[in-house]
Amino acid sequence: MDLIWLIPLLPGLGALVNGLVGVRAFGKRTAGLVANAAMAAALALALYAFWQLLSLPADAREHTVRLAAWIPPIPLALGNGAIGGFTVPWGFRLDPLSGLMILVVTLVGFLIHVYSTGYMHGETRGAYARFFAYLNLFAFFMLVLVLGDNFLVMFVGWEGVGLCSYLLIGYYYEKQSASDAGKKAFIVNRIGDWGFIVGIFMVYGTFGTLDFRAVADAAGPMGVEAAGFGTLSIITLLLFIGATGKSAQIPLYVWLPDAMEGPTPVSALIHAATMVTAGVYMVGRNAVLFSHAPMTMEVVAVVGVATAFMAATIGLAQHDIKRVLAYSTVSQLGFMFIAMGVGAFAAGAFHLMTHAFFKALLFLCSGSVIHAMAGEQDMRRMGGLKPHLPITYATMLVGTLAIAGIPPLSGFFSKDEILYRAFLDHKVIWGVAVATALMTAFYMYRLMSLTFFGAYRGPAWEAHGGRADHGHAASGGGHGHGGGGWRGPHESPRSMTVPLQLLAVGAVLAGFVGVPAALGGGNAIEHFLEPSFVARTAAPPGATAPATHEARGLGEAAHAAESKGGEGTGHAAHLSRSAELGLMALSVLAGIVGIAAAYRIFVRAPEIAETLARRWSGAHRVLSNKYYVDELYGATVVAGTMGAARGLWAFDRSVVDGAVNGSGWLTVSSAWVSHALDKYIVDGLVNLVGAVLEAGSFVVRRVQTGLVQNYALVMLFGVFAFVSVYLFVR
Amino acid sequence: MSNAANFPILSTILFTPIAGAVLLLFVNKRQENLIRWIANLVALLGFLVSVPIWFWYDPAGPQYQFIERVPWIPSIGADYFLGVDGFSVLLVLLTTLMGAIAVLSSWTAITDRVKEYYVFLLLLQGGMIGAFVALDFLLFFLFWEVMLVPMYFLIGIWGSDRRLYSAIKFFLYTLVGSVVMLLGILALYFHLHDVTGAYSFDITKFQAMHAPFDLQWWVFLAFFLGFSIKVPMFPFHTWLPDAHTDAPTAGSVILAAVLLKMGTYGFIRFSLPILPEATKASIWWVAGLAIIGIIYGALVALAQKDWKRLVAYSSVSHMGMVMLGLIALNPVGITGSIIQQLNHGISTGALFLIVGIVYERRHTREIAEYGGLSKVMPVFAAIFMVMMLSSLGLPTLNGFIGEILILQGAYTANIWWAAVAASGLVLGAAYLLWLYQRTMFGRLENPKNEHLRDLSLREIVTFAPLVVLAVWIGIYPAPFINRTAPTVQAVMQRVNPEYARASAAAGARQAPKIADCDENEPLTPFTTAPCGDAAEGQAPPPPAAPEGGGAPQANPAGGRH
Repeated sequence: MDLIWLIPLLPGLGALVNGLVGVRAFGKRTAGLVANAAMAAALALALYAFWQLLSLPADAREHTVRLAAWIPPIPLALGNGAIGGFTVPWGFRLDPLSGLMILVVTLVGFLIHVYSTGYMHGETRGAYARFFAYLNLFAFFMLVLVLGDNFLVMFVGWEGVGLCSYLLIGYYYEKQSASDAGKKAFIVNRIGDWGFIVGIFMVYGTFGTLDFRAVADAAGPMGVEAAGFGTLSIITLLLFIGATGKSAQIPLYVWLPDAMEGPTPVSALIHAATMVTAGVYMVGRNAVLFSHAPMTMEVVAVVGVATAFMAATIGLAQHDIKRVLAYSTVSQLGFMFIAMGVGAFAAGAFHLMTHAFFKALLFLCSGSVIHAMAGEQDMRRMGGLKPHLPITYATMLVGTLAIAGIPPLSGFFSKDEILYRAFLDHKVIWGVAVATALMTAFYMYRLMSLTFFGAYRGPAWEAHGGRADHGHAASGGGHGHGGGGWRGPHESPRSMTVPLQLLAVGAVLAGFVGVPAALGGGNAIEHFLEPSFVARTAAPPGATAPATHEARGLGEAAHAAESKGGEGTGHAAHLSRSAELGLMALSVLAGIVGIAAAYRIFVRAPEIAETLARRWSGAHRVLSNKYYVDELYGATVVAGTMGAARGLWAFDRSVVDGAVNGSGWLTVSSAWVSHALDKYIVDGLVNLVGAVLEAGSFVVRRVQTGLVQNYALVMLFGVFAFVSVYLFVR
Repeated sequence: MSNAANFPILSTILFTPIAGAVLLLFVNKRQENLIRWIANLVALLGFLVSVPIWFWYDPAGPQYQFIERVPWIPSIGADYFLGVDGFSVLLVLLTTLMGAIAVLSSWTAITDRVKEYYVFLLLLQGGMIGAFVALDFLLFFLFWEVMLVPMYFLIGIWGSDRRLYSAIKFFLYTLVGSVVMLLGILALYFHLHDVTGAYSFDITKFQAMHAPFDLQWWVFLAFFLGFSIKVPMFPFHTWLPDAHTDAPTAGSVILAAVLLKMGTYGFIRFSLPILPEATKASIWWVAGLAIIGIIYGALVALAQKDWKRLVAYSSVSHMGMVMLGLIALNPVGITGSIIQQLNHGISTGALFLIVGIVYERRHTREIAEYGGLSKVMPVFAAIFMVMMLSSLGLPTLNGFIGEILILQGAYTANIWWAAVAASGLVLGAAYLLWLYQRTMFGRLENPKNEHLRDLSLREIVTFAPLVVLAVWIGIYPAPFINRTAPTVQAVMQRVNPEYARASAAAGARQAPKIADCDENEPLTPFTTAPCGDAAEGQAPPPPAAPEGGGAPQANPAGGRH
């Protein structure tokens, strides 16, 4: 475990090798091999570290490694007037939460690396190495983010993944929309980072340290700010602003759908499975702070549920297969924030994990579809692909059922846990969330229907003698139809389908680590994660640690083996088992109804869809235009900033510089009323030379100490005078 | 200290470029390549002879080291008095490095009056080093003024477009500031005489002097004008975009990387320690101007269509950040300010070199003329990317360290300063990313750009040290931060003695001895160390104060790289 810092470093080295050498010298095979080997090694190390973590007793599962002082201690006053020392180590910490995250990141990351070797094979040699360098660099920063033991090291990863996201969204940099999307992602994230970084300053000012553990332990005994909006509420709110940027929540979610300009494996890894969950992870990391700030928690829950609902409605009316998935990601992230907001940190992290599996799976499947369709992303030009893409179809169906919350797939357990906890907290949030779950099932099955069922609506391939070579599918990004050779939709190569199958297995099984007590499980994951969410200091009443279900012994899945039975702290209000099962049935019902409705509308009677769209054309237009939020931001924030920029630039030239030039003009005109500007320059220079000479001779007269340095000084003047004369007299 | 032989290292550093300039005078001006070789070798030598002070300067020793002192004008009490502390060590090294880079970058860019060009460049270098090592106020002023001349000629002769206008504007504007500053110096000088009965320009004596508030106030204003024009602070900044835009590449690099630092150097070396009360009375409006500068500069940069002018306005924004850090008047803010001065030298210097690269090839600075350059200049694109990221403060690169320290320091002074100034980071990302997108991304549509050469080996060599430094400071800034400790400590002693006491208590053994230390305050135990365990790396010390918790020089071994 002392080597956990190697887990991020290995992909970092991979990125360095591919970035410095690979882009020039490596063939595709070597470049892919380097990147995949780095990820495989990181995965192996992560598994080993996780295994070691499991072998520790539950209350000792925390291991910190500090490599060096990053910022050495500098004295600084704290909020209470005492003088502390501002210092930050290069520190990494493995605990249940970060352990879970490194597993997700390295495992999903590795599978996506493998998939990419197939998906990107149409790229040129240098671009291929560049892609893998970025991908490895992303893994490096993401692992730093989750392993960092203090706010600033987390911030390194936080900004770093933002950079990689920028680089990878803009991977097809010659395409205007791609580089626009990359820029938008970076800047919108930076707006969120403003909150994050001011929050960090405030954390230091309040606690005198940026270490997560020390902050949590110091916050533990503090009072819960139930009555007023205190320091902790402000801190957490600022941190949450950061989270809304990275995790694409209202009001900063706008970058994520555009991020689909990147290659599909990137969408899967960064914009679905890992990076966008960083905000959720950060809230979980600071669970103690957040649970002391109930007002912020309320904000988090409300923003979460509003985002989940709104994104789901937009998802109903999108035609681009990746955009549907993108809004679905935004929506699912909203679910995670609902969990965080109602204090179900473990449930949020659980959903984060299951979502990583099924959403990565769904994106990779969509990539496989796009690959098969030679770059086509519009579902209106797909349909009937099921016989052509049997593996993709089957795995994507698994992903769809998982996200729809159909038992016993993984999404069911994690989503149900969130819904249950939301129900305990607030009925309205629960109600909206269930409606969202229904829409989720609906738009996902709509996607399945439009893609795989019904009649084929895409371009004919025999008649044209071929469209784009499937190898160029990816390089076109969007609608890349190129030269000949496309022989119709076809299943992807094994390097792509094997990761799909493995992820599908994950999407099925990942839920079994968190089977709730009501179904006779032990909710192992919740007990496993809990130490990460509590302070080690005694908490006053009210600052309850996240409540857990009563656990009975071991869970069903192998992972659950380490779960500690019956030790949940702070039980929340409980429902009876039957009520819990009732809620569960309701959420399953929502999923089934959604699927059934989509099946009825899009498979059985496609004309209904058109009728509906016509009858509700206004609503449909608003939804397919994403509520015009981008337009609104463009007209206010962007236009306002640019207007201010141009206005100030005019002000700078006319007023500020005008004053300078004006005073210069006054001086000039009073001194040399009738002389031209040229004359002034020459005279001024000559006078200057004279002045310098005079000063020099002054020195010579006054100082005759015989010291070498003084003569050198005199020489300095001499040189100036000499050169000046030389230049202007010749 | 390994300078046992009492070798006059500072004079050596100071006179190497000047001697090189003199040497060049004796070379036939037609032998242009010989001139180039000599200039490059001299500049490289100038850097090499300055490297020892990085290793020899002992942060645990007295503040000023490598002292050289001989009477210069005894009748008025002026001495040839040189010495450096950690702050000036860093700036001297920045100067010699950027000097060498500027000389190297000019190889193909300058084809006209080659000999004179290099003579001026080397003289400029000497002048800048002189200002950073002088501990005699008159000597400082001499170098301060002397720098103007070669820079004036560099802009006026080898500049572009409106070079004469820009050169004169630069010259007169800074001259106005320095004349007023001279009045301030003289006022202090006569006051010192009134108090001690002896005439002296010894800076360390000024730094120990307690001037009455009225005098401090007027001198502060005078200094403020002189220094803030040089920084430049809003609203005295308009000479800068003109001078930068029209200067030759090397001139812009030196101007941005070193010359602007004269202003902030002046604040930290003179205004703060000599005029502490006046400084404290002024923090509000100085911080206000700094914050306006950050946001104003960034917004105006966003509106630029000229690549070089955009970088120039970004300079205004970044230097506002530097000013905000130092006016926070706490150790973290000032440390950040000093580190950010280096960072600004590195990243903005590099950004000007980057403009120079394309300007040399295409002779235009219009952003709209470019686009899609990544395609033809991949190495250039990669270096530009790194320096852009360093400039916008991406963690693991240098800019982040400076900004985080400055903003944390500003937060401690006033939460709103940090909250407002941090929005500059968003704008910084906006104008830099947009610049990058407009020049490097997109389709290469302008046929004139189709055959642009990627970087030559010489050009890569000019960038290499800057990239290395950017990463080094970003990942392991401790050696730099440790070296600033004595300066910060000395400034704190004057403006915020509580910090000085806290550090003295924390690192009593290693606390730097300040020349003007009045008395050693009784050491109060450094009890508040909630960060105690976070402060230390592997071997946790007793739970009390971390070793040298207040005095960053606790880790000298780490500093010796």
